[in-house]
Amino acid sequence: MSANPRTAPAAPLPPDTRLGLYRLLVELRYTEKRAFDLFLQNLIKGTSHLALGQEAVAAGFGYAMQKDDYTFCTYRGHHHTLARGASMTGVLGELMGRECGLLAGKGGSMHLTSVEHGVMGSYAIVGGHLPIAVGAAWSAQYRGTRQVAVAFFGDGTTNIGAFHEAVNLAVVWKLPVVFVCENNLYMEYTPIRNVTAVEHPAADRAGAYGLPSIIVDGNDVEAVYRSALDLLERARDGEGPSIVECKTYRHSGHSRADPAKYRPPEELQAWMERDPLPNYRQRLIADGVPEARLAAIEQTVMAQVDEATETCKASPAPAIGTAFTDLWADGGTAWRN
Amino acid sequence: MAELSYRDAVAAAIAQEMERDERVVFLGEDIGAAGGVFKATVGLLERFGPRRVRDTPISELAILGATMGAAMTGLRPVAEIMFSDFLACCWDYVANEIPKTRYMTNGQFTMPLVIRTANGAGSRFGAQHSQSVENWAMAIPGIKVVAPSTPADVKGLLAAAIRDPNPVLFFEHKSLYAVKGEVPDGEHVDTLGTARVLRRGDDITIVALAAMVPRALQAAQVLAAQHRIEATVIDLRSLVPLDTQTVLAETIRTGRLFTVEENPRLCGWGAEVSSIVTEECFYDLDQPVVRITTPHIPLPAADALEDAVVPSVQRIVEEVLRAADFRTESGHGR
Repeated sequence: MSANPRTAPAAPLPPDTRLGLYRLLVELRYTEKRAFDLFLQNLIKGTSHLALGQEAVAAGFGYAMQKDDYTFCTYRGHHHTLARGASMTGVLGELMGRECGLLAGKGGSMHLTSVEHGVMGSYAIVGGHLPIAVGAAWSAQYRGTRQVAVAFFGDGTTNIGAFHEAVNLAVVWKLPVVFVCENNLYMEYTPIRNVTAVEHPAADRAGAYGLPSIIVDGNDVEAVYRSALDLLERARDGEGPSIVECKTYRHSGHSRADPAKYRPPEELQAWMERDPLPNYRQRLIADGVPEARLAAIEQTVMAQVDEATETCKASPAPAIGTAFTDLWADGGTAWRN
Repeated sequence: MAELSYRDAVAAAIAQEMERDERVVFLGEDIGAAGGVFKATVGLLERFGPRRVRDTPISELAILGATMGAAMTGLRPVAEIMFSDFLACCWDYVANEIPKTRYMTNGQFTMPLVIRTANGAGSRFGAQHSQSVENWAMAIPGIKVVAPSTPADVKGLLAAAIRDPNPVLFFEHKSLYAVKGEVPDGEHVDTLGTARVLRRGDDITIVALAAMVPRALQAAQVLAAQHRIEATVIDLRSLVPLDTQTVLAETIRTGRLFTVEENPRLCGWGAEVSSIVTEECFYDLDQPVVRITTPHIPLPAADALEDAVVPSVQRIVEEVLRAADFRTESGHGR
């Protein structure tokens, strides 16, 4: 697949695409940071799994996907949900347990979903969504729609059975699905290398299913975007599934409860220097994009995040009756006559 | 009316629904070319082709995950999990994903899918291929649970399950696959969540499910012929939704309720039925509700042992006689 001309380093991306990718990175970063602030203010309860540092994977794929493609993400899915166009108000409102949330407060941080944007759910059981994405891809193939299902997952997921069952079936049925591993080096608290038989948890497993081993710099939004375009097109053209491993790093702990003290300071330092957002900013400026243009994007997005935050704060808690709706397709929860 | 076996009724229902709705697809282990390990799906691959009838690897997670993903995106899949015991291998989908996703997303998805599975004892397969696990499923909000006892009900209820916009776990009973019965000609679709009164007597009510239904009917005949006890027998047919109105009405009429459950004792469906009856018609009862169940043990394999622990006709008769003051010539106590 190296023959694809779009992946040739000589061809720069169009300026609008680059600014679009930058804007998306900023949206994901600022919204996620706001989520962290709202935790500290106790306006977000429960748990949450921030993707600070991993935004380039979501932005690169989100920007490359077609409107009717399917995203399946894990409980670390705020960034993927936003990257498909779901509103900041819907995401932050759901985290805050407000009526304006994407799920009216019934799902919470780990289950963000927006079907109208192709976000087919965030799944809180590690690996559970991979076979589901395979099913959506099967459905797309059956219906002949040229849609692609993209399943994002962490490095830890490669050690659970559902990963292997899903990839095998996708290959056997030649389904339009892209498996995107966000390898952030830690399964939760434990380094992935301590508990995995191979160095590259996803890429090294690909060969077992007859797939090429693909590793991408997950902190380089353009590298992710180019890879995404290529793999999405392959899937769309009926060439079957792919696995891509994006090397990235989590700036915060696994979840709200985790201060991430297990990380060596020099490792953290090295990865902070590779932070996808400031690096891309510098690169754009070096390529001649006026800094004022980027600053304007940042200001606009910050204003959006502020506005969304205020909208969420003003939104009431969901009506109690909401707890008794939509278990069944008829809208109710009855189990007896 | 045509006479069909219980297993043939499975294939007939799937064929009926695949014929009328292109969205219906069918997947599972050995279901296509092999026709199913219980031969319940013979002919479907030949009739509908490999695009719609798909043999899968031994991957229960992938089977139910793919089933869910397909249902969320416009298909109406029917999955087979070969033995109900294997549901434990893919319980994430049965308990966490399939039933909860519509609710958690505030109704953004519908989940029109059916999981068919072979349930129950009688084949001497031992503790991991013979269980009755319908009560596991009954404990989960968001999935319908159906267990037919006759070929006609297999066809009618499976067709209804496939048309239902909700997920349905459809328990076929292994020991009933060879049983034959009349099935209505032409399109046959029944109603989920409705129990059926198979026999009406004034003295007691027996509620049973799946393979326990024919045993309850035989016990009722023995009780009538040898003990002058007339039993109402209800085939529950569905645990979720639960037709409590039929059970309550018959229990109130007879004043005595017996449940016959193949599942092990603790938290069997009869416990819920008993609880409902006790809460809602306590003063109409002439005796405590009696639950006749498999003891709380894994199922042993040997025929002598399996037969000794699963409720039998004889045991149902004995439990009824023990529980009620029915043994005298003077007849029943009402």
